[in-house]
Amino acid sequence: MEHGVLFNTFIYLAAGVVAVPIAKRLGLGSVLGYLIAGVIVGPYALSLISNQQDVMHVAEFGVVMMLFLVGLELRPALLWQLKMPILGTGGLQLCATTLFIFLLLLACGLAWQTSLAIGLIVALSSTAIVLQNLQERELMKTEAGKNAFAVLLFQDIAVIPILSILPLLVIQDTTVIESSIPSWQSALMIAGVIAGIIIGGHFLVVPLLRIIASSRSREIFIATALALVVGIALAMEAVGLSAALGTFLAGVVLADSEYRHELESDIEPFKSLLLGIFFISVGASIDFNLLLDQPILVALLVGGLIAVKFIVLFVTGIVFKIQRSQNWLFSCALAQGGEFAFVLTSFALQRQVLDNEIASLLVLVVTLSMVFTPLLLIIYDKVIAPTFKRRLPQQEDKETPEHQIPDDTDSSVIIAGFGGFGQVVGRLLHGYHINTTILENDVGQIELLQQFKYKVFYGDAEQLNLLHSAGADNAKLFIIAVESASRTKRILIQVKKHFPHLTVLARATDRNHAQQLIRLGADHVFRESLDSGISLGVETLKALGMRANQAHRAGQVFRRHDEAVLHEEAKRIHEHEPEFVNRSLTERRILKKLLGLDALTYYDNLNDAWSTEAHSNQDKNTVGNLAAAHKHNKSSS
Amino acid sequence: MHKILVLFAHPALQKSLAHKSLFNEIQHIEGITCHDLYDAYPDSFIDIKHEQALLLQHDIIIFQFPLYWYSCPAILKEWQDLVLEHGFAYGEHGNKLTGKKLMLAVSTGGSANSYSASGYNEHDINAFLLPFSQMSKICNLEYLPPFVVHDIHKRHDPQRIARKAEEYRQQLLRLQQMDDGAVKTRMENN
Repeated sequence: MEHGVLFNTFIYLAAGVVAVPIAKRLGLGSVLGYLIAGVIVGPYALSLISNQQDVMHVAEFGVVMMLFLVGLELRPALLWQLKMPILGTGGLQLCATTLFIFLLLLACGLAWQTSLAIGLIVALSSTAIVLQNLQERELMKTEAGKNAFAVLLFQDIAVIPILSILPLLVIQDTTVIESSIPSWQSALMIAGVIAGIIIGGHFLVVPLLRIIASSRSREIFIATALALVVGIALAMEAVGLSAALGTFLAGVVLADSEYRHELESDIEPFKSLLLGIFFISVGASIDFNLLLDQPILVALLVGGLIAVKFIVLFVTGIVFKIQRSQNWLFSCALAQGGEFAFVLTSFALQRQVLDNEIASLLVLVVTLSMVFTPLLLIIYDKVIAPTFKRRLPQQEDKETPEHQIPDDTDSSVIIAGFGGFGQVVGRLLHGYHINTTILENDVGQIELLQQFKYKVFYGDAEQLNLLHSAGADNAKLFIIAVESASRTKRILIQVKKHFPHLTVLARATDRNHAQQLIRLGADHVFRESLDSGISLGVETLKALGMRANQAHRAGQVFRRHDEAVLHEEAKRIHEHEPEFVNRSLTERRILKKLLGLDALTYYDNLNDAWSTEAHSNQDKNTVGNLAAAHKHNKSSS
Repeated sequence: MHKILVLFAHPALQKSLAHKSLFNEIQHIEGITCHDLYDAYPDSFIDIKHEQALLLQHDIIIFQFPLYWYSCPAILKEWQDLVLEHGFAYGEHGNKLTGKKLMLAVSTGGSANSYSASGYNEHDINAFLLPFSQMSKICNLEYLPPFVVHDIHKRHDPQRIARKAEEYRQQLLRLQQMDDGAVKTRMENN
């Protein structure tokens, strides 16, 4: 059936819109939802879509974007830390799986070339499915997540040599299609493009983003981000490299830049949408005829593939000492064929390495193995994980010392606004090595701060997606230090609404503003003029001859009294909202009242401490004498 | 059952070798109120009325602190100076604490042997705690024998500290159940 582009688009989107929420509600995860949606709209059910191969090709770009985003999360230093898992775990997994499958197929009587080709093709796992599933479950930061990612990264790199090995596995003597460029030249080009990405990323893209950011035009920033990803993908494909790998590199290069969060939140929706479409087209491309023709063979092959991959992964996990519970997750997550298998299979078909029959069977088996991944993970969640959880909880409690400030990213502080006020807060926290993320939309400010190794990000703190990507979901404290009173309120409302777990500390311009912020739910409110006013007052008392500690105490008394009155007022005005209409009148009324209260409480409640005679009748009993002696000792020393 | 108020004074809990465990051990027990003075009053601005109200609500007061220069950390001294006011804790009408009990829970760097006539500290531990027992007398508090953990500098292995913390907890639980007949008779004799 042929349909217009708009109709196809509608079907894809509508299928996702219907299927994903249902799948999520049923606890199946969005990936499985998309796959099921694909099957339903595909040729074997409703048959609503056509050209799914073309669509799939476009949608594969979602994988490219995903790798870019993954790169953004990985600073170069972190990537370097991962070198062992990437080369070791990834390498062992790929080689062992290939070898295993090769030997199995050889034993089944296939030619060694075919066996090796298939082994290489199915050794790769699905970046899209695995990362999407792990991210959805928030497992990327676990040991299993990190190792799974390392393996996927190694596989992405391995695609390049596999592409060059496959043509050598031709069985019949066909003319080998020579590349038009000699190999040393193409190697040089590859090196050139990679160097270009790294150097260009640092010295061209970041300054470019800075210029665009200062123009404050959001859509141009998004356009730049998209153009960047697409451009790199094109450059990589031009030299025969995986586009995903290229954008991943670009992501890593930009991970250290202040625009990381902004890029993340701009690319994210496109990535999710394209990946969704990709999964739908995977679902739609399942060849049910083939499945119905040879159900047992297909079932055996799918089961065999998952089993072989699982066993190899599990053994790899043991070799590299992944924790047992994590190893189960790691092995469940990666035990499938990947989208690269489609690419490689069609490539192998062109080069006559595989024949048609094997190729279509291969695609079916890989697709089905992908469909089973979310199911495997559900089994892990429901059956395997609980057995480990029961054993663990006692040990975990004691590991973190209570009174230390945890230093992982998950317990960090976000500061919105880094003007004079925010700087004081930020510098104090920075001095104690506390993980702070700063949101600032003044480009000049950002550049300066980066020189001092602050983690600063460009963006408007009112925007929900920026808050998400700045880590508001995992942070502990949120500090609003922006200058504008109205912006403070808007940010506060946004944070309280979407991140109720955050403790909010807010800067208030004046008493009135402070009360508004209290009513809007700020946990702690700080008037910018209060502390300096009190300090000045204390100095004045000292200058007038009051002893410093007494003056200091007076300041503290005043501060507490004033804070108490402020909170009291905030509560009361809430009940009589109309009072607020005439602001200046209200303020004057409050001030008048305050002045009256101050006079009453200024006496402090110290009247009986550090003194005795003033309030006693100097009785002659032992206690009185002792106390008098006590007093005497003090004044003489 | 007696209600216990633990006034805890440790200015550097992050360096604590014993008190962190001891204080943790007695958290969340019914009838025991834990009050970390340095946490409540980082600027030593003690809320006198609040502290007095707390005293009135409890029967047994514990001062828990590490012995620094043979005395308590500064905030606890400040607390005594401010909270135990004339007319409240002592003096003609100062009888609000009458009948309550005070126990110290103290850690020392030196060993038990060092706190003896032959040791380098030359005196028994109780000699150094004299100001507290005398304060109790003036405030009509019954001064209970102190709970002391010695030798923290050399012997702070986790097993020992855990054992001491457990002893401390047991001690407080015993105090909760303590029969106060003894105190009453003493009071009547006076």
